Amino acid sequence: MTIPKEIPEKWFPIVLPLKRKTRGLKGSPKLKRGAEEERKVKANDREYNEKFQYASNCIMTSKYNIITFLPVNLFEQFQEVANTYFLFLLILQLIPQISSLSWFTTIVPLVLVLSITAVKDATDDYFRHKSDNQVNNRQSQVLINGVLQKEKWMNVRVGDIIKLENNQFVAADLLLLSSSEPHGLCYIETAELDGETNMKVRQSLSVTSELGDPNNLAQFNGEVVCEPPNNKLDRFCGTLYWRDCKYGLNNQNMLLRGCVLRNTESCYGLVIFAGPDTKLMQNSGRTKFKRTSIDRLMNTLVLWIFGFLVCMGVILAVGTAVWEREVGALFQSYLPWDPPVDNFLVSAFLSFWSYVIILNTVVPISLYVSVEVIRLGHSYFINWDRRMFCNRSNTPAEARTTTLNEELGQVEYIFSDKTGTLTQNIMTFNKCSINGHAYGEVIDTPRGQTKKVEPLDFSAWNPLADRDFSFYDHTLLEAVKLGEPAVHEFFRVLCLCHTAMSEEKSEGELVYKAQSPDEGALVTAARNFGFVFRSRTPSTVTVQELGRPVTYTLLAILDFNNIRKRMSVIVRNPEGRIRLYCKGADTVLFERLHPCNQDLMNITSDHLNEYAGDGLRTLALAYRDLSEEQWEEWAERYRGADRAEDCREDRLAAAYEEIEQDMMLLGATAIEDKLQEGVPETIAILTLANIKIWVLTGDKQETAVNIGYSCKMLTDDMTEVFIVNGHTVQSVREELRRARERMMESARSRDGGKEVESQGWGEACSFGNGFGTGDAANWTQPKEKSSAPPTAPPTSILESISGEFALVISGHSLAHALEADMEREFLDTACACKAVICCRVTPLQKALVVELVKRHKKAVTLAIGDGANDVSMIKTAHIGVGISGQEGIQAVLASDYSFSQFRFLQRLLLVHGRWSYLRMCRFLCYFFYKNFAFTMVHFWFGFFCGFSAQTVYDQYFITLYNIVYTSLPVLAMGIFDQDVPEQRSLEYPKLYEPGQLNLLFNKREFFICIAQGIYTSVVLFFVPYGVLSQATQSNGTPLADYQTFAVTTATALVIVVSVQIALDTGYWTAINHFFVWGSLGAYFTILFTMHSSVLFNIFPKQFHFLGSAHNTLSQPVVWLTIALATVICIAPVLAFRFLKLDLKPQLSDTVRYTQLVRQKKRKPGGRAGRGLGGAGSSGGGALGRLGRGGSRRSGYAFAHQEGFGELITSGKNMRLSSLALATFASRHSASWIDTLRKKKHAQNAQNTPPAATGDSSPAPSIAPPLSTSSSLTGPQDTTPEESRQASLDAAPSNGLGDVPLSLMKSPEAESGGCSLGAVQEALFGWRGVGARISGASSPGPPPIAEESSNAV
Amino acid sequence: MAMLQRGLKTLARRPDNSAFKQQRLPAWTPSLTAHTVLPIFFCLSLVCMLLGVWLLITVQQTYQLKMDYTDTNSCSKCFDLRKNSSKAQEICHCTVSLTIPEDVMGDVFFYYGLINFHQNLRRYMTSRDIAQTLGRKRSLKSPSSYCAPFNYDENKVPIAPCGAVANSMFNDSFTVNYHLRDGSTVPVPLYRKGITWYTDKNVKFRNPKSSNETLAQIFNGTSRPLFWQKPVYELDPSDPNNNGFINDDLIVWMREAAFPNFKKLYGILNRSERPFTSGLPAGNYSIDITYNFPVQYFRGRKEVVISTVTWFGGQNHFLPIAYLVTAGLIFVTAAALTAVYLKVGKNGKNMEE
Repeated sequence: MTIPKEIPEKWFPIVLPLKRKTRGLKGSPKLKRGAEEERKVKANDREYNEKFQYASNCIMTSKYNIITFLPVNLFEQFQEVANTYFLFLLILQLIPQISSLSWFTTIVPLVLVLSITAVKDATDDYFRHKSDNQVNNRQSQVLINGVLQKEKWMNVRVGDIIKLENNQFVAADLLLLSSSEPHGLCYIETAELDGETNMKVRQSLSVTSELGDPNNLAQFNGEVVCEPPNNKLDRFCGTLYWRDCKYGLNNQNMLLRGCVLRNTESCYGLVIFAGPDTKLMQNSGRTKFKRTSIDRLMNTLVLWIFGFLVCMGVILAVGTAVWEREVGALFQSYLPWDPPVDNFLVSAFLSFWSYVIILNTVVPISLYVSVEVIRLGHSYFINWDRRMFCNRSNTPAEARTTTLNEELGQVEYIFSDKTGTLTQNIMTFNKCSINGHAYGEVIDTPRGQTKKVEPLDFSAWNPLADRDFSFYDHTLLEAVKLGEPAVHEFFRVLCLCHTAMSEEKSEGELVYKAQSPDEGALVTAARNFGFVFRSRTPSTVTVQELGRPVTYTLLAILDFNNIRKRMSVIVRNPEGRIRLYCKGADTVLFERLHPCNQDLMNITSDHLNEYAGDGLRTLALAYRDLSEEQWEEWAERYRGADRAEDCREDRLAAAYEEIEQDMMLLGATAIEDKLQEGVPETIAILTLANIKIWVLTGDKQETAVNIGYSCKMLTDDMTEVFIVNGHTVQSVREELRRARERMMESARSRDGGKEVESQGWGEACSFGNGFGTGDAANWTQPKEKSSAPPTAPPTSILESISGEFALVISGHSLAHALEADMEREFLDTACACKAVICCRVTPLQKALVVELVKRHKKAVTLAIGDGANDVSMIKTAHIGVGISGQEGIQAVLASDYSFSQFRFLQRLLLVHGRWSYLRMCRFLCYFFYKNFAFTMVHFWFGFFCGFSAQTVYDQYFITLYNIVYTSLPVLAMGIFDQDVPEQRSLEYPKLYEPGQLNLLFNKREFFICIAQGIYTSVVLFFVPYGVLSQATQSNGTPLADYQTFAVTTATALVIVVSVQIALDTGYWTAINHFFVWGSLGAYFTILFTMHSSVLFNIFPKQFHFLGSAHNTLSQPVVWLTIALATVICIAPVLAFRFLKLDLKPQLSDTVRYTQLVRQKKRKPGGRAGRGLGGAGSSGGGALGRLGRGGSRRSGYAFAHQEGFGELITSGKNMRLSSLALATFASRHSASWIDTLRKKKHAQNAQNTPPAATGDSSPAPSIAPPLSTSSSLTGPQDTTPEESRQASLDAAPSNGLGDVPLSLMKSPEAESGGCSLGAVQEALFGWRGVGARISGASSPGPPPIAEESSNAV
Repeated sequence: MAMLQRGLKTLARRPDNSAFKQQRLPAWTPSLTAHTVLPIFFCLSLVCMLLGVWLLITVQQTYQLKMDYTDTNSCSKCFDLRKNSSKAQEICHCTVSLTIPEDVMGDVFFYYGLINFHQNLRRYMTSRDIAQTLGRKRSLKSPSSYCAPFNYDENKVPIAPCGAVANSMFNDSFTVNYHLRDGSTVPVPLYRKGITWYTDKNVKFRNPKSSNETLAQIFNGTSRPLFWQKPVYELDPSDPNNNGFINDDLIVWMREAAFPNFKKLYGILNRSERPFTSGLPAGNYSIDITYNFPVQYFRGRKEVVISTVTWFGGQNHFLPIAYLVTAGLIFVTAAALTAVYLKVGKNGKNMEE
């Protein structure tokens, strides 16, 4: 049995969730983890591999099995201090000299608590077993003895060769051996691992890729020697020994568990790491047991109460000592001391422990279990919430952890992933600007409103159209049908200039594999508008242009990289004409345009601004005609660069740079990175609730910032957006420092010359509309109504800044910023900002950022994400939320809460979280109160009973008080209470603030509760004492006997606490009524039962209170006493509550009151207007669509890494068959094109590139401020005045000086550019393109004038 | 797996739209508005006031007389005698006299009171065997260990009734005499039975059942408690049915008092004969005391209490006064709250945002 050996590992409170499952491995337990220094794996040799006892592919996140459950669970439970404490009490009670209460007063609640917890743990573990089983039982195909066999995942061993098929999850970390695709390539999606959804390509070693079919693979007996399991996702280092040869292995050869195979029919891989050793599992880390701040506070308070208890014990023990010496010693003839007690000191010592037992109820044992029950209830409410149910994915919200609910009401920082969380990761071609004409405006504001506009129907017109594509502006389609050349050329760029691959499963059923979703969106758009990309070979691209197949010769792909921020293709059309098509970031592209494009550029620039203002991802498109000579000449240089051994990249880039000049602008596209539904609204509401939202994304900066704008995290109203992008420690520090200075400056100037400041900013802003987009100053808008208090003390200025700042920091800067000496600085800066965006961060960095805030800010953090790359962050944050319903489940598995839409977050926090917090706080207040009221009576009685540790109440009452008489009403309150209805919580996000400020339950509140409890106990003791010590029954029998007193006090107590809970309950449902009245009823029923003669006759010693209930409660004087005590206890509370409500009403009181008034008036009309009065005003503004003139321009929307350009041109990713065909076809076509080309291009040889506009070009000032670090950090240094000056300088010279000149020049000078007309006519049959272009540009001056007037 | 498949059914996982699950249960949402709180306060004040006055008037109708006889008059010699425990068996009588100035009408109750006697000590209270006094024979012969050290005497003979409570039973006896104006003395007749709770007498305390044995035979093999002068079956020589565990005095004593100063019922005036048919007439009385119970060890006092009762019991000034004080305080609070409300919160002005 290996189980016992497992236990020690489990005995740590922090349980490693992914424990190695050791069973089923021929009984050989292997626990020597960490000893592995090097991994040796031999393919197809299980016997050999078993020597090393590698982990199997079985994962186990469960904690117990049937045998271990009881001992392990009990052991874990007794690690709870409280439980151990009660066990200790139980032992104390077994000592007769000490035992002041029977053992069952402790053991009954203890057993109850333990069993409830155990049941809960068992259920949890059951579900873990289930999910483990589900994962472990997934099927995979394993090559065993040369035959593919279906095997469960858990039976996959290291060294097995398994076959994966398209869209399957990779079962373990595999070494890719071969694939169905040529050259052993395969495509994977790593969203589970790092959150990047673009496809990545993996390639097998060429020696293994030839193995191909299972028969060969079965013979494969290579041995892999590699590094031991680790958690580095992007690194792998190993060697393959096969047939006496050594082959180096790196990450490019690996398929990691959690990846999904895409666009690859099948592939074979050798299992290197399995189960817990996989990088995915190694990354998932330990499950930290999360505690809420209330939990921690509760623990502190419980410790204090322990202290208090000890104090009381000491006081009473001293009392005992004195009493025993003074009185007890004399009383010995009637009651001798117990034999072991020989003097009063020993007696005092024993009495101390006796009192500890009696007074232990101040630390209520049922507290913890009640808290758990309440949280469980809240969790169910989350699970049941229909408004957090997503119909589309059929996923309800799920509270996966039941211990954190009230923390949801205290969140101050939200860390959100971007892709899949804020966005749907669906790119849609939304708008475009072609030749100065904007299309797609119809769908301006589709969100929120019912979509009345029907999307265009392409299928009737274009059989190849993608049905999922929707576009609403029919003018564009008409323009295509009319054959506008610019429009055609525009779509030609889209369908030619990309690195997507197409797959045509059957005729007309095209599937594009694009390296980034943006690209896919663009190609799909072109497809629907009649420019269908059909297929490609290494040297051709076949396109169906308006139903007519055209094959272009692909001369070169000038692929994208993140420095170039553009990509181009050079193609030769069937007519032999060579043209360069380019798409790229407008900043980059505009610099490389022919000067004659000035007008068009300005118009397009306007459009781009507009698109950017809507948070769309934009691209500019351009083309350039190349003459044969130019091409030949450049191709030579290109080949030279390509062949270069050293600095190949740089030389290639230089070569690309050379050819991508003097381009003619065609237009721009705008792609919507589709936000999830309701994201901006949610963010706005959460912001109003004073929650700071940080976006941590693996995406690149431009994308992230773009999304920041489109989801209204960043707005144009912001004073400033700081970009930290430095690569060195110094530069990061410097940038942070500068940001703080700017903030302080603005705060100071706001304090001082508000007038001046706003004017200044205002001016800067008006400039920003047009040209000065590069200025940091343009991030500003006059924000006179800033919420910053004008009288902020300058010392704590960073704290008090609530101005509108935002910080964008990139991953490499973050690496420096998170170092020990800078983290504080970073944190201070970031926390002073309203929004923080961290881009290009690794999963670890995400966790570090969260950890940093968690550590220094004492604030509750929430992390939300959907991918495996968010797991670390989700686990680190106080609360982790996983977006479910997507394919990946890693994040969900690691999360505490999961739902399928980001927008549910507002409900989770503002409704459920707020209520949970409120309920928990009310519950705790009441709970401590009731236990103090209950217990302290013993303390007072101590002074009258010779400190002998005699209890006031019957021991059954003590046993049942907490678990029966008073538990249910307070549970009902803790579960069902509402102060304001849920709609109000969303209408008034400010209602969330008490939770963040920890107002409802803190040490002060605790002391108030305690004081109230003690006061109640005083009343409950002394009023009956005063009355009963003198009183007699109406038949003369004295009432001062112990049992009567006990019953009177107990009844008074139960009634008082019931009245108190009635006061505390704000939402009386039938259940509350039932529980409150039911508890009272239960009290009396049980009381009379226990005091009945029936029970007494059976157990005389246990139920010796025979007849007390009847004798006592039939006395009017007893009821008068109880009534008096109740009035004295409750009246002050009522008075204080009323005063508080009257003098210092909280927002919730106000809302509740208005609700009440509204209900009375029954005026449904007044509701909406009033409800939004408090919160909605600012929210409404923020939600509205950004106005025109957004001074920001989105960046380049491409994914960051290089595309498949090289793979395409080298033909590596083409199937052999199609490749052969294609080369044939291209050779064929090339030959006739060549001849044509040679003829035509002799004439067009003198394509002199027009002079570059260079420095005087408007590009720097139009450049989007976020595109490069230099353009961003640079302008930050300049004051608004300076930048304004700069833009002033730029505007006239560019706008008014150069443009007319270039227009004048254009007809003759730009043969390669504007005077395309003739050539186009000759080659492409595009009649009148030139005319059109010049026509479009000729009304250039008016728009420029317009803009200038805007600017000045 | 099965669960997964079930989950995949469309909308199968959609939560029910029940008011309970959606937290929309119809509910009463009370609010502490002035319209509810202020009337409550004034009403409370009024009710407490009325109750207080009524109780006060009622209490005025009761009569209570207390007489400490620990070492007064002739009892001082007994007091001194009891200091010496070796003379515990010596019988000591003494007499105290008292005057009742007015006729005490109605039922009159005679109590003995003890001051500073802690019947409420934990170990004292547990030092009894309820099964034994219930008449369980097994417990009779083997008393519970809780009774230790009063469970067996020095000869290991079980004690019945065992325990400290029974052992320390108050054993003074009183005879009250009414001195007529003419100098003659009439003994005041007292009911010495029926002074216990019904349940105590009839359920809780039973003699061991036996069809034909006498009490003495039943209790054969047990010894009397150490401090007792008589065995338990000879407690009441006058009435054989008032002996054993069902002796009223024993039962009264065994009902432990909650506080160190307490009184216990000794007897009720028998109003069947003249001159006591309507109560105790005014005049001089004397009480003959058989002084057995030593109190000087624990610095205690002994007293006799003569009292009448009304519908809510004996004389008890605490309750009406407490009610009156409470009424006053609540009224003051209510007035203050009203003032605050009128000044600050009227018409919900404070609730406006």
